[in-house]
Amino acid sequence: MNPEASVVDNVIDTVSAVFLVVGALMSLAAAVGLLRFPDLLSRMHAATKPQVLGLFLLLAAIGLQMRTWWVWPALLVAWIFQLLTVPVSAHMVGRAGYRTKHLHRELLSSDELDAVVQKAAQSARDDSSRDEADDGGRRD
Amino acid sequence: MMQTVLAVTAVILSLAAAGAIIRISRGPSLLDRVLASDVLLAILGAALCIDMAVNRHLNNLMLLVALSIVGFIGSVTVARFVADRREQANES
Repeated sequence: MNPEASVVDNVIDTVSAVFLVVGALMSLAAAVGLLRFPDLLSRMHAATKPQVLGLFLLLAAIGLQMRTWWVWPALLVAWIFQLLTVPVSAHMVGRAGYRTKHLHRELLSSDELDAVVQKAAQSARDDSSRDEADDGGRRD
Repeated sequence: MMQTVLAVTAVILSLAAAGAIIRISRGPSLLDRVLASDVLLAILGAALCIDMAVNRHLNNLMLLVALSIVGFIGSVTVARFVADRREQANES
């Protein structure tokens, strides 16, 4: 192996080593966030770090280490499926957390869902009162 | 150098998994536990990735793709059927 190629090899090794360590640190950051943050919504913020950015860094490190081009599409497929499915579970968990009131309202800087919920509750009340009026009319 | 990276990342991921398991056991709500188990799954995927990168094989790649496809079903199912059983709100 000529010296130039070994220099390139070393650079690629170093870059992938940095990616591996930073990607592992994302998991540690998520664990620290899970332990220290006060409520469900802020813990959800911490939990997304290893799922998206951490996985990206580690898959890039695999691609660099294998030194071939054909692995990159497979790695991209893994990452894109992760990007597609993680928001689904985050949406469901966040919605269930909002409905069961697992949040500290005083920590929110704005609650855009609150107006929508109030409006839906108001229209539900209006509907039920109109139904009662209809029933009364029929009874007469 | 790769062996050093393997040792360092093994220590980091062990600490991270321990933190996630502590959050699973401590709760306080079901959704916190589901979220922490999602993080534990991500840490497992990270360990598979590091094994592949350090030892330069692709044996776990299909497992990783399958994990990223079906891994969300558990938390979606639990979040769908969760109910509030606490006496007072905001005690988390």
